[in-house]
Amino acid sequence: MALSVDDVARLARLSRIELTDQECADLAPELEVILDSVAQVSGVADEDVPPTSHAVPLTNVMRADEVRPSMGVEAALSGAPAAEQDRFRVPQILGEDA
Amino acid sequence: MDELLTTSAAQLGAAIAARRTTSEEVTQAHLDRIDQVDGQINAFLHVASEHALEQARSVDRRIADGEKLGPLAGVPLALKDIVTWTKAPTTCASKILEGWIPPYDATITRRMVEAGIVILGKTNLDEFAMGSSTENSAYGATRNPWDTDRIPGGSGGGSSAALAAFEAPLAIGTDTGGSIRQPASVTGTVGIKPTYGGVSRYGLVSLASSLDQAGPCARSVLDAALLHEVIAGHDPADSTSIDQPVPDVVDAARCGDISGMRIGVVRELGGEGYAPGVEQRFAETVELLTRLGAEVVEVSCPNFDHALAAYYLIQPSETSSNLAKFDAMRFGLRVGDDGKHSAEEVMAMTRGAGFGREVKRRIILGTYALSSGYYDAYYGTAQKIRTLITADFTAAFEQCDVLVSPTTPTTAFRIGERVNDPVAMYKADLCTIPSSMAGNAAASFPIGLAPEDGLPVGLQVMAPPMADDRLYRVGAAVEAALQEQWGGPLWRTLPELSTEGAQA
Repeated sequence: MALSVDDVARLARLSRIELTDQECADLAPELEVILDSVAQVSGVADEDVPPTSHAVPLTNVMRADEVRPSMGVEAALSGAPAAEQDRFRVPQILGEDA
Repeated sequence: MDELLTTSAAQLGAAIAARRTTSEEVTQAHLDRIDQVDGQINAFLHVASEHALEQARSVDRRIADGEKLGPLAGVPLALKDIVTWTKAPTTCASKILEGWIPPYDATITRRMVEAGIVILGKTNLDEFAMGSSTENSAYGATRNPWDTDRIPGGSGGGSSAALAAFEAPLAIGTDTGGSIRQPASVTGTVGIKPTYGGVSRYGLVSLASSLDQAGPCARSVLDAALLHEVIAGHDPADSTSIDQPVPDVVDAARCGDISGMRIGVVRELGGEGYAPGVEQRFAETVELLTRLGAEVVEVSCPNFDHALAAYYLIQPSETSSNLAKFDAMRFGLRVGDDGKHSAEEVMAMTRGAGFGREVKRRIILGTYALSSGYYDAYYGTAQKIRTLITADFTAAFEQCDVLVSPTTPTTAFRIGERVNDPVAMYKADLCTIPSSMAGNAAASFPIGLAPEDGLPVGLQVMAPPMADDRLYRVGAAVEAALQEQWGGPLWRTLPELSTEGAQA
């Protein structure tokens, strides 16, 4: 299974992780080794084996729609990198050319 | 060494309740110990001395006022730094969460505080619990008290090392593929992964939501059971929490009778790749189980051979999704917010700067496994293997009450030995992953030292979902028999750490 440096760069963009060229070059062979070793899973299970997404059977859990005390603004913003007027301040959403 | 440091949590709790000692005195003794030895071990990322002493004095006052508290009231504990606690930063050993003080307590944190347990601080781990050696921490590796050139296991190496260094009698770990059991094994301590859903995940920073489970760590089986009782049980704040009574783990740990119990040795978890000393101690323990009255049979679980591969598809896939919340907007690090970069650029720059190498590796692997065109071949197939593993367990549990194996194929490896070989690193979880995938209960108990290197070996016990009490029954039986043979607990043979004082 070949995973090129360009593939890694593309996956990094999809993952919103900025990687240096060196990081991409280092990661490509490492990921390839991992992928080769996990590739043995293909062909183990037949078509008719149902997938398991969770260890225990799950049912949707509901609760009454009642007003309860919740976290205050100050606590919610306490870990924010930037806050303004009781809100999270975020960088511009649109780029220069948008 | 101060006797308070080697006394069990059960005895400390009893002594504090009877006012033969105080929680303040016990807490201070452990804080002093941390001060003396943690420079060599690096088990703690944050020590909350003042808060711990305050908490201890408050327990002492309540006891003096005649209040009846639980059996662990006043006993100190080390909390893995992936569980939220409002009194200290939760970093997950990542730069992306450096200094982040969570605005809420995890359910298990709240339950422990209510039970009067004194939290000493937060322990080191592999970044976001991804790793088997605690070398992936952004704040430096933790060292194994048995040999400080060796790893203490991972991801919960801070918690296991804190116990083996006598910095705390109790600790909390979290286990996704073995992060409670493998560290327990390589440090000669006890670690329990309860049934998935048996302990609330509310307030745990998620790695792989379908696998993550918090559990108790200690130096003795009874201590682990007492902590299990405090943290377990249904929590409406966690939708995967099981709404059933908690198995009577304390009673099982006190009983330790395994006569008539049917125990299965898993054929696939042994042989090539297992260290001779691990196989030797395991074989001796299997004989011991027979002598103690259990009926031991061999069972085959052929799909366990595919568990590791399937795990390293499922876990990175869930991780790549879960860690998307670290987007530099609401909490944690933000890089490049200079008015020139867009939110999306800031997000990518922050994640590039804030995540370590293994985290990046797994997010990218997970993104690949989930991407269109590969989803069925990777994630889809891995989920089918999960079904086959569960079916192997179900068949085995028809013949047996519990299954056993070594906890990990080797003893503690050297720091640095596997950092550049991810596949070798992942193999440390070979034996622990099947139970994680099936969501059943599993534990590791110390069974001696490997003759070739003098390092601890662990016995893994696996039980059906919600039969966690069986783990304690087997663990207590083995512990009692081996301690009689050794003339005391295994930790009595731990080398003394220098108490010269904190180093840099």
